[in-house]
Amino acid sequence: MAIERAGAKIVKFYIPLILYLLFLLFPFYWMFNTVFKSDNELYNMNINPLYIHNPTFSNIVTLFKETIFLRWMGNTFFVAITATLIALAASLLAAYAIQRLRFKTSGPTGVAIFLSYLIPQTILFIPLAHIIFKLRLWDSLWSLVLTYPTFLIPFCTWLLMGYFKSIPKEMEECAMIDGASRIRIFRKIILPLCLPGILSAGIFCFTLSWNEYIYALAFISTTAKKTVPIGLVTELVRGDVYHWGPLMAGALCASVPVALVYAFFVEHYVAGLTGALKE
Amino acid sequence: MEAVADTGTAPMGLRQRISRALENPTVLGFLFVAPAELILLIFLAYPFFLGLWLGLTDTLVGREGHYIGFANYISLLHDSSFWLAVFNTFVYTVVAVFLKAVLGVGLAVVLNRDFKAKGLIRAIVLLPWIIPTALSAICFWWLYDSTFSGISWTLKRFGFIDHFIDFLGDPWNARFSLIAANVWRGVPFFTIGLLAGLQTINPDLYEAADIDGASSWKKFWKITLPLLTPLLTVVTIFSTIWTFADFQLVWIITKGGPAGATHIFGTLSFQRAMQGGHFGEGAAISNFMLPILVVCVFIAFLFLRKED
Repeated sequence: MAIERAGAKIVKFYIPLILYLLFLLFPFYWMFNTVFKSDNELYNMNINPLYIHNPTFSNIVTLFKETIFLRWMGNTFFVAITATLIALAASLLAAYAIQRLRFKTSGPTGVAIFLSYLIPQTILFIPLAHIIFKLRLWDSLWSLVLTYPTFLIPFCTWLLMGYFKSIPKEMEECAMIDGASRIRIFRKIILPLCLPGILSAGIFCFTLSWNEYIYALAFISTTAKKTVPIGLVTELVRGDVYHWGPLMAGALCASVPVALVYAFFVEHYVAGLTGALKE
Repeated sequence: MEAVADTGTAPMGLRQRISRALENPTVLGFLFVAPAELILLIFLAYPFFLGLWLGLTDTLVGREGHYIGFANYISLLHDSSFWLAVFNTFVYTVVAVFLKAVLGVGLAVVLNRDFKAKGLIRAIVLLPWIIPTALSAICFWWLYDSTFSGISWTLKRFGFIDHFIDFLGDPWNARFSLIAANVWRGVPFFTIGLLAGLQTINPDLYEAADIDGASSWKKFWKITLPLLTPLLTVVTIFSTIWTFADFQLVWIITKGGPAGATHIFGTLSFQRAMQGGHFGEGAAISNFMLPILVVCVFIAFLFLRKED
């Protein structure tokens, strides 16, 4: 009986889990594997390509020496953090107003913000490019700082509304009886209580901004102003020449900030994702 | 009261009036919502309607266009590469979302038990979703290389194939390679989203089923899936929209090639608008997504409602 149960566990749990992990992790393994190989080894199919024979840092050195990788990282950081701050501030106020102030049009406003989350960037990038051109923001990082909040705010507002809902109304009512103003209540009671929510929303905004591709590709053309993913592909693929080693090194290094943020706040991230879905 | 307020010093009066106005939920509500609404109006609602207008014009990049009615739409309907993109988008969306849902539910069920390192495994599972898509797309691009692919090498080593697979050179190979990359990225979203739903299912139900001698398979179909359906609907709708309106995976891995065989709406409209400079035509291609997006969401919703 015990053996049978152990056998069932292997079939129903360990084997599928291992297959899934192989599928989900293999691309990452391949990325690591490529980064630390020399070109000789990389393009020699007579030796097993699945592991590294003579590890080398040459690809990473090439990446930092021959491209302005750090500049692209800086650009991405600047855009991601500024857009996140703008989106967080706007969403906090909006979510609180919609969820708690219950003013006349709070219902429709909430619905409108939710619907705006469903409009994909692929529909918006052409007219936005037109607007960015008119605003003379073409080829400027500010075009990204201003447009990223459009997909961050709907998501954040939605997520934060869930957090505001979970704070008991009585706390606000008590403070009001004590004569605290609404602004004071918002600052002193609500904000500290939904700090975990703000953190989740902030992490989401940061990763979503870091991930953004189509706007950055459409609005930025100068090499020095590109964000990481755009810079890597356009500068390391020249015509038919693919510099796979440095490309993979770039992909790996550019993933590090997101992976770090994620590793530290994984619980907040999961809570945010599942919380947003349940709303 | 009024008289007292009026005779007070002017700056104090103004301040008081402002702070009193701020106690009014309607005033404060509008003030609080204003920043978010302004950003969304200028950079989301306005471009949305501008896009509808651009589709009716012959605007080129940097040059104002003229109203030309439905000419863009009509010429697209006679354009075989547009129809190929329509076909590709549907294949891409239907196959990828289906596979993501099946594999995502599967992994969620596998993970929905207590075991050591559950937190760690869950964190690892979510990685493909976290890592910027553009960067993992570069990795897939390399993994799909026709001469140096690790997949081909491994398959050949184990004797499954004789020649290295031409992943991106053949239309159907390229389509399925893109779908595989999309599924890889999307499975974690389904899994982690659904795992939360699985944890809310009352264990008594499974116990009762055990007493009745139900098999695991039957328990899954009769208990797990029905109770998971509402959450699965939401997750599927989101995934459908994202997959349908995808851009970066396809753009990085194939750029729509070989010979337009993997263009989807997003990539074709980007190519025509940003590379060809035809903003009007590009906007028209994007706008073709709108009715289909609405219908997709509606069908998915109805279909899953009926199953319930």
